[in-house]
Amino acid sequence: MIPLRAILLRDMRIAVRIGGGALIGVLFFLVVVTLMPFAIGPDLALLRRIGPAILWLGALLASLLALDRLFAADHEDGSLDLILMGAAPLELTVAAKGIAHWITTGLPLVLAVPVLGLLLDLDPLAIGTVALTLLVGTPALTFIGMIGAALAVALRRGGLLLPVLVLPLTVPVLIFGVSAAETAIIGPVTFGTPFLILCALTLMSLVIGPFAAAATLRQGLD
Amino acid sequence: MIRLSAHDLGCVRGGREVFEGVNFTVAAGEALAVTGRNGAGKTTLLRLIAGLLEPAHGRLELTGGAGEATLAEQAHYLGHRDALKPALSVLENLQFWGAYLGDKDASIAAGLTALEAVALDGLAGLPAAYLSAGQRRRLAIARLVAAPRPIWLLDEPTAALDTASQERLADLMRSHLAGGGIIVAATHGPLGLDGVKELRIEPPVYPLRGGEKPAP
Repeated sequence: MIPLRAILLRDMRIAVRIGGGALIGVLFFLVVVTLMPFAIGPDLALLRRIGPAILWLGALLASLLALDRLFAADHEDGSLDLILMGAAPLELTVAAKGIAHWITTGLPLVLAVPVLGLLLDLDPLAIGTVALTLLVGTPALTFIGMIGAALAVALRRGGLLLPVLVLPLTVPVLIFGVSAAETAIIGPVTFGTPFLILCALTLMSLVIGPFAAAATLRQGLD
Repeated sequence: MIRLSAHDLGCVRGGREVFEGVNFTVAAGEALAVTGRNGAGKTTLLRLIAGLLEPAHGRLELTGGAGEATLAEQAHYLGHRDALKPALSVLENLQFWGAYLGDKDASIAAGLTALEAVALDGLAGLPAAYLSAGQRRRLAIARLVAAPRPIWLLDEPTAALDTASQERLADLMRSHLAGGGIIVAATHGPLGLDGVKELRIEPPVYPLRGGEKPAP
């Protein structure tokens, strides 16, 4: 447990110190959500109707932003070599890095939703639902994305490839996240059905992500 | 007693043979200097021992090590890249690797002792971003002290070090060997140790065309 706690604390500390991870993601989220009304027009009813979808899309794009540095930074400075030589299983180390990444980039997005929801004229119930679905859904985005981040290291110069690889895999999460969030506004499905599927997707990605990423990193050794 | 040996070790990278037929044995308290021209495969051999590359043929054998731990888990690899995070302080960098590689909580006192061994204790609170190349190297060397592991794989350990630091490194290596450790170092210069075994790697020669090895 000590190595895993050490890497979790280290990654969180680095993200907070540089000020990159957490803040940049939230700022990007803010920009995307703010731009939407300009593109769509000042139709409050329409904004209210598509608000959850806008928030989910913004969070999806923002959570991808810092993802390509997840393993690439460690690869470039040689840390990845030493991480591979640690006694802790690589799968768990990778999972610890994913958790640290989610706490520093995913969680701030969830916390920003109440503020950004006001920009889209969402009522408190809708804001709460969107925040809840994002709280459950963003870990899935991080843990699916880490597979792409590991591939980007293995393939080199894969930074641009990352969104292309990762975004299609996040489609199910997006569909069920948005449909769960929208039940609060339009119905008619009950909230539970899509929300439980979203939970299942997150749990699956928590298991599959670290194994796939660890296997990719081992393959990409050079 | 710990003993590391290689039998007919060969490595192929990118379809090209880097070296073949490498044999050596190092026992506890012994140091092996790997020499050879630039590009001969010294770093490749160290990375092979560290488990970061797979041998194409041959095998590595470790006897008398700690129980179930693999060779990689009992080895330190000091590569060209220092594995330091510029955003963390000197002490935080060291404590992280001490905890991650050593699997025990690194106290501040233990971290400072390791920094003292490389004369960096005065800079403990400084972000690693402000270190010079030689100081970064010394911080990487402090890692070897902070997390005790029996096998040290050192790639050009004296690169960027001044004379005083080279002397301190030689002292560290001597006490590591005296404690029953093993050192495998890729080097061009002298290590400052007595009784070092030498392993010279000769890479195969590739003519411009065909890629066939000419007859010796």
